Amino acid sequence: MTTAGERLDSGVRSELAWRALGQVRDPELDEPITDLLFVRELAVFDTDAGGPDSGVSVRLRLPTYFCAPNFAYLMVADARDALRELPGVVEVQVRLEDHFAAEEINAGVASDAGFTGSFPGETTDELHELRRTFQRKAHFACLDRVCRHLINQGWEIDALADVRLREVPESAGREGLLRRRRDLGLPTGGDDLVLVDDHGLAVPTRERAKTLRFAQAVRVSLEGNSAFCRGLLSTRYGDQEGPR
Amino acid sequence: MYHKDGEQYFVVDSHIHFWDGGPSNQKNRYGEGFTGCFYDYHRNLSPSEYVWSLEKFGSYTEQDLVHDLFTEGYVDKAIFQPTYLTDFYINGFNTTERNGAVVENHPGKFIVNGAFDPRDGEGGLEELERLAARWGLKGVKLYTAEWKGESKGYKLTDPWSYRYLEKCEQLGIRNIHIHKGPTIYPLNRDAFDVADVDDVATAFPNLNFIVEHVGLPRLEDFCWIATQEPNVYGGLAVVMPFIQSRPRYFAKVIGELLYWLDENRLTFASDYAIWQPKWLVEKFVDFQIPEDMQSEYGVLTPDIKKKILGLNAARLYDIEVPAAVTASMNGSAPVATVSI
Repeated sequence: MTTAGERLDSGVRSELAWRALGQVRDPELDEPITDLLFVRELAVFDTDAGGPDSGVSVRLRLPTYFCAPNFAYLMVADARDALRELPGVVEVQVRLEDHFAAEEINAGVASDAGFTGSFPGETTDELHELRRTFQRKAHFACLDRVCRHLINQGWEIDALADVRLREVPESAGREGLLRRRRDLGLPTGGDDLVLVDDHGLAVPTRERAKTLRFAQAVRVSLEGNSAFCRGLLSTRYGDQEGPR
Repeated sequence: MYHKDGEQYFVVDSHIHFWDGGPSNQKNRYGEGFTGCFYDYHRNLSPSEYVWSLEKFGSYTEQDLVHDLFTEGYVDKAIFQPTYLTDFYINGFNTTERNGAVVENHPGKFIVNGAFDPRDGEGGLEELERLAARWGLKGVKLYTAEWKGESKGYKLTDPWSYRYLEKCEQLGIRNIHIHKGPTIYPLNRDAFDVADVDDVATAFPNLNFIVEHVGLPRLEDFCWIATQEPNVYGGLAVVMPFIQSRPRYFAKVIGELLYWLDENRLTFASDYAIWQPKWLVEKFVDFQIPEDMQSEYGVLTPDIKKKILGLNAARLYDIEVPAAVTASMNGSAPVATVSI
């Protein structure tokens, strides 16, 4: 455990910063921005206020010039928040590059202007509802992964209605499901049902098959988008470059 | 027409472009970025022998277009979907007039669609009337992410959108192609969300709503509304090229679409010049759902492929299909309104 002001080797600081960025997910694709190779460069630097290696700067890149600005904003803001929480870090610079709205996003995030302050006149609210919509999708996609695994293990579809979280083996993606349930504020106790809707309510019998089928469509969509974005990123930058 | 294994496939390429995206027509960095974005799509998903230089991609010729669609590409009829983007390109990217000139040079080969923008108000309604009269429009293409001055897009549920859709009904424009993009007003909403299609499809049961690239990146939302709205169709632009680079993903998408919709509401498209119909048609006719997925998704029969490649779009646009194509088909009349 490090405390504010403690001297850290820049390699260690960099490692901690990288891990912090690994907690930042593309809200649309539900994957860490580090895995997606969106982090183009990570550097630590000295600051007057915090001394050696107390500043972190990050350059981000995205698959296209026209990636949706609201998701881009969330990633830049989340990256900044994650790095600012690191002990001993007093200055954080996060810069999105090669994007049509990079200037507005970078300036808005750096000055804590929020999304409405960054895009005055073009938006009616912050991005909480957008984020939540995609947390619901991520939960559904994960639910499909878990249920598919259980079915492959011999569970009958009808029996899935009674499965409790404690019965889901780790190999079926238990941790991932719990994390996404926590994001949505759904219960995560061992006795809680696996097959629940966005509000944590048990899915009624007559809707069970359709709900599971829809969860599958969500997963196909999400995984497809992720692969397409990875492909476009590597085409755009002609490499698999990344800081690691 | 494409012939394979004794079957004849009538091909309607229902989403093509003749754009001018080169540097001389780019108004600003957004135009340059837009062409670059399309070019990366092209490079990422085309077989290497079909990859052009950026220079050619920006400004290919009418000869290229006609050659790649009709000489090489097996296409019987191609439908222009204009994308104006006049905030990005000096003369627009791909206007009805620019496409219409090509149509008149090659009688019988093309259908030209128009476009409207609900933010153009009363004046735009008159312009739509003029376009419909001039080009005999049966369809329009809408790009809801189009920028216009300070505005970065619109929704189909905006009051003026309804006015324009009413006008389409009056003018006999039955086919409304919807293309979602990354921006919209307000920017805090998911711009790709197709929920507004659901609303207008219910409000305008006599119009057909063809959602381009089947709502990608919101395939699940598209499927959800299309299963409830019989007048919602899926255009396969952007989906098709995955057939080569990611065939299992392609199988899943087609499988999901056939599950949620049916084989009568999917239309083939190359999105030329992003991709070329020749290799897409060849690969699609040869394609089959992988064996391990067939218990879930079934198989693609020649009849299903015929419908997707041409017969479904032919029905929407009253395109005449040679009787030989449908003669061997099974089951209920899938091309009821096609004159043969």
